[in-house]
Amino acid sequence: MSWHRKHLLDIESLSAEEILTVLDTARGFKAVGERAIKKVPALRGKTVVNLFVEPSTRTRISFELAEQRLSADVINFSTEASSFKKGETLKDTAKNLEALNADFIIIRHSASGAPHFLSRVVNSSIINAGDGAHEHPTQALLDAFTIRERKGKIAGLNVTILGDILYSRVARSNIWALTKLGAKVTLCGPSTLVPKTFEQMGCRVTHDVDEALREADIIHLLRIQHERQRKTMFPSIGEYTSLFGLNKARLAKTKPDALIMHPGPINRGVEIDSEIADCERSVILQQVTNGLAVRMAVLYLVNGGKVAPEAAV
Amino acid sequence: MPDTTVILDAVAIQRALTRIAHEIAERNSNGAEVALVGIPAVGDHLAFRLGKILAEIWQHPVPVGSLDVSMHRDDLDHRAAPTVHPTVVPFDVTGKTVVLVDDVLFTGRTTRAAMDALNDFGRPKYIQLAVLVDRGHRELPIKADFVGKNVPTRANEKIFVRLTEDRHASDEVILGKK
Repeated sequence: MSWHRKHLLDIESLSAEEILTVLDTARGFKAVGERAIKKVPALRGKTVVNLFVEPSTRTRISFELAEQRLSADVINFSTEASSFKKGETLKDTAKNLEALNADFIIIRHSASGAPHFLSRVVNSSIINAGDGAHEHPTQALLDAFTIRERKGKIAGLNVTILGDILYSRVARSNIWALTKLGAKVTLCGPSTLVPKTFEQMGCRVTHDVDEALREADIIHLLRIQHERQRKTMFPSIGEYTSLFGLNKARLAKTKPDALIMHPGPINRGVEIDSEIADCERSVILQQVTNGLAVRMAVLYLVNGGKVAPEAAV
Repeated sequence: MPDTTVILDAVAIQRALTRIAHEIAERNSNGAEVALVGIPAVGDHLAFRLGKILAEIWQHPVPVGSLDVSMHRDDLDHRAAPTVHPTVVPFDVTGKTVVLVDDVLFTGRTTRAAMDALNDFGRPKYIQLAVLVDRGHRELPIKADFVGKNVPTRANEKIFVRLTEDRHASDEVILGKK
């Protein structure tokens, strides 16, 4: 067991062993979700603040349920109803939360590095729930968990990430996690959204979608992020769908046991055909279930990471 | 490892388990109501071994489960997060006599966490406690019903239970320094 971190800020700084510790721990927490009583007292008496400065539904709900199942007290802080509207800085907001003795702050922010900044200015444990186009570590961990659960391993698998890589924090975190665990990662999409510079992260870049999918064991689709895009990245949604969307014809040319993953929310008929999203090779809803277990595991480990390591009793 | 003493060798461990099994059988006349629940990482192996011996005594299979207690510990604020092991309790504990099985009884806090964790699976009629080694230093009002060996220890000592299930060459219980 190796986890002595107080924060989870990104995947880039984690070792393969630390990532595997999270995945192993999450297995135990997944089993908790299958019991009649789905709650354990691991974080009893702790206060967790969900500081979502950028709108989010599924990640926030997943974190919130994870916190409740660990018996923590939960406060939700969202942009619309908050002092950000009144001009308070992120630092002041966080300092106020710290003054209320928040043990954990789960932060989503449109600025890359916001969680790292918070970890330097407050004493609470910080968990990154997505910062700009930088990282979304718990998403990568739940994706790795899902792959390992379904395929029995990660090392040696061909993982193709298809779509809007440039603006995707999910892609960045996944590339770090999967390459550290020994998978071979291929990125594919329009050349404007998948620049060759990503090869520096240890993966392969191609703009030929059939070639990218042919040998893939995992097909990881990303949503076109309208909110982060400038309008000029590709000519039209229709063209994107016809050139890069996952449809029956493209799927027929892939390995029969290749899994289809998507971090959600899916745009049916854009990056994925509706019926493919519901087919048995799609593990999209299992990703949601596993996300809860992984977030419980992260909170549990980070809680222990606050204290100096000592011998187990 | 310097300063270590073997307290129980493989034969002695087997003998202790056989005796514990007979004591469990003597104490619980209706074997059909007894289930064993081991606490990982070592107690679960011991529970399976006891289950086999009891099945021979009672001439029927004895349900055996494995219960991780790390999420129910009361010291999570004072240590790195303990390893979470799988929990498998493939039977209803409600109304049963559950014998918790652990390798070493020390402060009693693991046992307390185990009783708390067990409650999430139902309400056993009785909970009993079987341990291979009782080393003293209790911090809670907890006492084992079945003990393989009482070993007086110092606080700075540690007991290592090594079993072939965990890929050790042979079974042994060792007293060493922390």
